[in-house]
Amino acid sequence: MSLEGKRILIAKPGLDGHDVGAKVIALALRDAGADVIYTGLRKSPDYIARVAVDEDVDAVGLSMLSGSHNEIVSETLLHLKELDASDIKIFVGGTIPRDDHAGLREAGVSGIYTSDMAIADVLKEIELELRNA
Amino acid sequence: MATSKNSSAEIINEVEKAPPNHPDPVTPSGIEVPVVVGPDMIDFSKLEQPGAYPFTRGIFENGFRGRLWTIRQYSGFGTAEESNERYKFLLDQGQTGLSVALDLPTQCGYDPTDSMARAEVGKVGVSLSNLGEVERLFKGIDVGGISTSFTINGTASIIYAMYCAVADKQGVDRNKLTGTIQNDILKEYVARGTWIFPVKPSMRLIADTILFSNKHTPRFNAISIAGAHVRDAGCTAVEEMGYTLANGLAYTDELIRRGGDVEKFARRLSFFFYVHMDFFEEICKFRAGRRLWAKLMNERYGVEDPKAQMFRFGVVCGGSSLIGSQPHNNIVRVGTETMAAVLGGAQSIFTCAFDEAFQIPTEHSAEIALRTQQIIAHESGIARTVDPLGGSYYVEWLTDQMEKGMMSVIEEIEKYGGVEKAVEDGWLQMKIAKRASERKQAADSGKTVIVGQNYFRRDDQTEEVGEVFKLDPMATARVIEKHEKNRETRDSSLVEKSLVALENAASNDKNNIMPYLIDCCHAYATVGEMVSTLKNQWGEFQEPVRL
Repeated sequence: MSLEGKRILIAKPGLDGHDVGAKVIALALRDAGADVIYTGLRKSPDYIARVAVDEDVDAVGLSMLSGSHNEIVSETLLHLKELDASDIKIFVGGTIPRDDHAGLREAGVSGIYTSDMAIADVLKEIELELRNA
Repeated sequence: MATSKNSSAEIINEVEKAPPNHPDPVTPSGIEVPVVVGPDMIDFSKLEQPGAYPFTRGIFENGFRGRLWTIRQYSGFGTAEESNERYKFLLDQGQTGLSVALDLPTQCGYDPTDSMARAEVGKVGVSLSNLGEVERLFKGIDVGGISTSFTINGTASIIYAMYCAVADKQGVDRNKLTGTIQNDILKEYVARGTWIFPVKPSMRLIADTILFSNKHTPRFNAISIAGAHVRDAGCTAVEEMGYTLANGLAYTDELIRRGGDVEKFARRLSFFFYVHMDFFEEICKFRAGRRLWAKLMNERYGVEDPKAQMFRFGVVCGGSSLIGSQPHNNIVRVGTETMAAVLGGAQSIFTCAFDEAFQIPTEHSAEIALRTQQIIAHESGIARTVDPLGGSYYVEWLTDQMEKGMMSVIEEIEKYGGVEKAVEDGWLQMKIAKRASERKQAADSGKTVIVGQNYFRRDDQTEEVGEVFKLDPMATARVIEKHEKNRETRDSSLVEKSLVALENAASNDKNNIMPYLIDCCHAYATVGEMVSTLKNQWGEFQEPVRL
């Protein structure tokens, strides 16, 4: 398994300050060979979309634990579309109730990861998604 | 922003069907435990009585016989009116203290109408953007007759000002107020992220709240120095206590710098931790921390008054030890952790609801969490005698080992240049991220056994608990409506005047900020307005982003 050559932006949108998951996944992606950029806390969807385009990433991982994922995901997707960058894949991690998964996938999210998943499984899924890109 | 790249490393995590048939000899903090601990491994002559320095066996000579711990459940969501209803329900159910959860805009200093805030209004707690909301939150509840704990940090001084103002409004003497604000900014920079201002002015603000509170609300705890969040972020039990005591020392130094008398203010410093699943490590964590803090107060600052040496703490049972798979098992986890907290001598306990790993608790799950404490308090008999585990070879040995470990953690930070520098540089943040990765890897690889998640898993049993609490989608709109109404109906010249006075006070290090914040609250200035005013003087914290 390798994410060699892939560029991934890990972002903390909104006001939620729990960044452990974001950092753990960023470190794991880096260990798996990806170029990882981490935004730090409290970034707006608009900012995240711009950085994603400027940095020419293959995927954006949004880490959210405060329950505002539906709004933030749709805004981020909208901004990416405006920047003509809908080919950038969106992954979501954090506290995401199961009831919201289908809606997020329908909106265009490529993968949803919660803390009880093994990192290796998360990496495998991301790799598969990016390979098909 | 941080960019990094490493060579590829395959992570393989194939967990076997059953865990090894013998316990791990090493504790989660890395202490290797002998098969048998004998009397020759402990110096019993050093073991004091409960209520005597350095308080290994507890701060009270009669333990819980005088009074049980405070049962305190964390709640608050949506609007002030909805939270008010929930509080009345919990008080009717025998809860003895209130705990207020605030939404992220209030915690980070944004008004609900701010573009940064809109998606988060009322999501993880109640929105308290101005005094009107606080008045509604405590409507029909006498703030002089309850104890209220606010989980608030970046804007703790403002929320505390609101509480003082609401007491004024209810005609309650401020000196009757009891409760706690978390007000621990150092761990926010490291783990929880609701920082606003740079480190130095934040430390000043905290010292101001404590010094003001000591004088005007002497029964109120104006800080609860918290290890809970760094623990949940990845630390071991030893590191949790070590970092927290190091933060306690940093606040002590700042309070002394601002003219505080350590013999006085140290009486009202309190602490706050998570309890995780390793039963004896958790018990000994509290015994060791209590002893080490008393020694530090005495040996470093010459504190003589026993009340100012005493380490008082509240706990949360649950947190990241709760999982989404087979969630009802979490009830057993919380029960075990609650027993550890009681045996460690906690002053107040909050028990998480079993569904808290993935949603806001329902009334049903919140009630089970409360009943768990009541069963342990009234049925189990473990609170009957003080420190019932005192004198156990293993417990005393492990307490000694953990105390040594905690002291090394404190010394490592001091060697680096102190907590403030460690936080500004991102050094501590990086250490904790590394720990978090290790903890995750230990769970993934099966080294740490998590029943129902990495062993004994049944994929058909996740998160299906039957009842899911839903936030009212109109709640945000109502909060914004009330916020706008407040701005229309208040006397704007009074707001203006109070904010100008606040900014002047902030510009001079000699002033205590608190009276100015209370004036702003009485004028119905908003949290966002007060924070922007202070930012004008102090700027914002620049997060060191390192991977």
